Amino acid sequence: MNETQKTTAAFGVIALLLLIIGFAQSWNVALGILNLCLISAVMALGVNMQWGYAGLLNVGVMGFAALGGLAAVLVSQAPVAEAWRGNAGGLLLAAMCFAATVFAGIFTYRRVPVGRTRTLALAAVIIAGLFVTRFFLDPTIASIESVNPAKTGFLGGMGLPIIFSWLIGGFVAAGIAWCIGKVALGLRADYLAIATLGISEIIIAVLKNEDWLSRGVKNVTGLSRPVPYELDLQSSAWFVDLMRWWHADALAALADGARSEALKQFAIDGSSIFVKLCYTGLFASVLAIILWLSVRALNSPWGRMMRAIRDNEIAAGAMGKNVTRRHLEIFVLGSAVIGVAGAMLTTLDGQFTPTSYQPLRFTFLIWVMVIVGGSGNNAGSVLGGFLIWLVWIQAEPVGVWLMEFSTGWLAEDNALRLHLIDNAQHMRLLFMGLVLLLVLRFSPGGILPEVVRKRS
Amino acid sequence: MEVLGDITSAVVLLLNFIVVPGLSYGSQLALGALGITLVFGILRFANFAHGDTMAFGTMIVILVTWWLQAQGINLGPLPTALLALPAGILLTVVLLVVTDRLVYRHYRRQKSAPVTFMIASIGVMFVTNGVVRFVIGPNDQRFLDGERFILRARDFKASTGLAEGLSIKVSQGLTIVIAVLLVAALFWFLQKTRTGKAMRAYSDNEDLALLSGVDPDRVVLVTWTIAAILATIAGTLYGLDKSFKPFTYLQLLLPMFAAAIVGGIGNPIGAILGGYVIAFSEVMVTYAYKKVFIYLLPQGLEPEGLVQLLSTDYKFAVSFVILVLVLLVRPTGLLRGKVL
Amino acid sequence: MSFLVGENLVGGYGGADILRGCTIEVNEGEIAVIVGPNGAGKSTAMKALLGMLDLREGEVRFRDRNLSSLTPQRRIAEGIAFVPQTQNVFTSMTVYENLEMGAFLRDDQIDETVEQVYELFPILAQKRDQLAGELSGGQRQQVAVARALMSRPSVLMLDEPTAGVSPIVMDELFDRILEVRATGVAILMVEQNARQALDIADRGYVLVMGENRHTDSGSALLADPVVRRSFLGG
Repeated sequence: MNETQKTTAAFGVIALLLLIIGFAQSWNVALGILNLCLISAVMALGVNMQWGYAGLLNVGVMGFAALGGLAAVLVSQAPVAEAWRGNAGGLLLAAMCFAATVFAGIFTYRRVPVGRTRTLALAAVIIAGLFVTRFFLDPTIASIESVNPAKTGFLGGMGLPIIFSWLIGGFVAAGIAWCIGKVALGLRADYLAIATLGISEIIIAVLKNEDWLSRGVKNVTGLSRPVPYELDLQSSAWFVDLMRWWHADALAALADGARSEALKQFAIDGSSIFVKLCYTGLFASVLAIILWLSVRALNSPWGRMMRAIRDNEIAAGAMGKNVTRRHLEIFVLGSAVIGVAGAMLTTLDGQFTPTSYQPLRFTFLIWVMVIVGGSGNNAGSVLGGFLIWLVWIQAEPVGVWLMEFSTGWLAEDNALRLHLIDNAQHMRLLFMGLVLLLVLRFSPGGILPEVVRKRS
Repeated sequence: MEVLGDITSAVVLLLNFIVVPGLSYGSQLALGALGITLVFGILRFANFAHGDTMAFGTMIVILVTWWLQAQGINLGPLPTALLALPAGILLTVVLLVVTDRLVYRHYRRQKSAPVTFMIASIGVMFVTNGVVRFVIGPNDQRFLDGERFILRARDFKASTGLAEGLSIKVSQGLTIVIAVLLVAALFWFLQKTRTGKAMRAYSDNEDLALLSGVDPDRVVLVTWTIAAILATIAGTLYGLDKSFKPFTYLQLLLPMFAAAIVGGIGNPIGAILGGYVIAFSEVMVTYAYKKVFIYLLPQGLEPEGLVQLLSTDYKFAVSFVILVLVLLVRPTGLLRGKVL
Repeated sequence: MSFLVGENLVGGYGGADILRGCTIEVNEGEIAVIVGPNGAGKSTAMKALLGMLDLREGEVRFRDRNLSSLTPQRRIAEGIAFVPQTQNVFTSMTVYENLEMGAFLRDDQIDETVEQVYELFPILAQKRDQLAGELSGGQRQQVAVARALMSRPSVLMLDEPTAGVSPIVMDELFDRILEVRATGVAILMVEQNARQALDIADRGYVLVMGENRHTDSGSALLADPVVRRSFLGG
């Protein structure tokens, strides 16, 4: 089978699986899974840029996705005027103090000669700066958080359409990635991995605790949508007409009296599918754009240079390529893509819940997608995103079913049986780990391995 | 002598809230970091599964403890978990050795890049994590029994007449004693025994160690065994001191990595030093010094706020910041580790 | 009959053959030196004797036994010691521990050998408790050779032992090597400092493109005008 046929076949299998779910479970479920598949694919593309193109190990996917989520909140929520009133000054002062601390720190680092004096001076500057900043920030935060804490208690956002946050989420993630890349790139791969693991934990800690920014564990719910609401659809004439036309045969078969009831039900079901389809359209467009850009980039001279660096850093460096600089570029770009995906995910959820960011789900699962799909191959990553999400989401019911089946010979209330069924959901972690290990061992290139073009 | 009393009270406060917790948490981190650093020194990769190895070992200890408790067996004032440790260690050794056979050995033969090992360790992490959650569930488990305290704050106050109490938990005392014994045993092993020297030689210069006749499979086997012992004991002590929850152990990975790198990765003494540096920084930066200042400063000058640098929720940030500072200033770590 | 011989060696590191039929041999109490231009396969020939690369043809015999199927570790156990060109000491271990590692495969008491080695390299006795990584380049080379001698080998192979050391240290090192020869050990060296090395060699090999170009006693090679012109710079 050649490359194209294999890709087509692989995606055909995915489509088939989704169709089976659609027929067996419901179209609502199938579309729900498809939407998350699309988002996973975007995230996997971001990780693939870093790992597949450049060999950079980013173990902080979760953090960048969460930043995207934060962007969704900050862009779409209405500003809380009351919180801004009287506190803007304090915030400004605190921000200025923070900036002054950073500059003083850099100044000390650059100007004071290396040695114990510098270390002490730097520590003094940082601690003093922290205290002064906190002096202005703490009362301001307290005041912001006391504004109607049950409903707001934070600064709110910009009140813009949420779709802008997809772009802004990318920029926020890129900014943080730049900072972390500046520090950790150029060191060994292990260090980048550990540094990114750290930064992602810190991002989540900040989002959980800085209530004035993100409402913390109180969550932000009811985010605005880029697509219509189900209830609006059900009450709009054009949609009801659409449903009448779509289900014309089924309706015609019904008795006159039952028709309007049935139509109402069709509209309820249909609206939910329609909303999901709208999301599918949006996400698929984003995926297509990013995929197109990725493929272009990978095949451009820049992409060739990237792969050259990945395959032999020393040789590329010796040929005058600025390895660290290129790594920084790709790291920032990849993180931006993850940020976009994070913003899309929060948009789809309609809420921002910092506690839901778990490294196994948001970092390591994405890694499984990239490696199983085929690192270095964009189509592979997309495939991995689809396939692994499908398996991840379906492993739970299948696991429970398997446990029920295999313990069928035990009594209904047997403690072991209940325990096994209760904990069956955790089997999917085990399963994912096994899939990763098996692919890594027996098919290190993944399902769709990187295409190595030979000069003819 | 009110001034002297105040100063003593301030010192006791610091002892109670910084020194004792710092020492015990530092010992737990040090044991964990030792495992990471040994695996790094010998197998040359950052083992992401180490936190979950700890969780696995602790889980076995908890299960055996429960069984012993059900049999009515206990250690009187000491936690029953100590009796269960050998079983936990044994099964963890089996887990790691089998993992090595099934997973890592292949990449060693292929002479794969460290990154491949690291990704494989992520897969192992998933599997171990899944096993632990599957067997014992994702929730908090407590398994501490016996006496709770070596020294109660109340008793301390009564016997010294001071305003502030000092309390030492059994788990804290145990942690420190066991850590000291274990580290002493490890260093004796590494410095004095033939196998220990072979391990150091292999970590220092693999090719030359092979040329000297060191058997790599044996070195790797011993390394995993030691890693299993350290991980199980560190995990059990942490679980006794705080509580056992699979997710917490995954999160311990970051401070443990930080400790290993800060000390100088591949260097066992560095790992211990790093463990205490990270633990004390975490405790000190997140402690609210208000009361200390009340004792030390003259009346009327007491601070209004808590005088806390960072809220406790940011303790991960502390390990991370220290990690970043060390990476920037001295990438080989405080004590010279592998040149990375 | 030769003590250690690699006959008709053909092979390389997977790609093109580096060795193309060369033969190297060394006898007890004899110094054999391999010289030749860069890329001639000098170090590779030595590694072939040690079993560190796969041979396509030829065989390695030691005391008339075919070693070809043995791993490097097994060959070391048989009494062949090797001093690599670089990274040839354990930098984080003391001098004494380096010696101990050299005797890793021995089960008997090593004190006597340690004393012999200290006699040969007195500076090491002084520095026995210092980390090898803290020593000077010349002292490290001594540690490296001493480590190899600790296994009481019957063949000692040295890969450019004088690379990067000063001429004075080089002379001293060659003196020590002569002393080692006096104990009946067979010594095989690869050397860049061809003139000085051939000066002490009982047997010299000039290797070019993985083949023997000239083979003779050290002094004969030094006297040979062709060898002088082409390989010794006149």
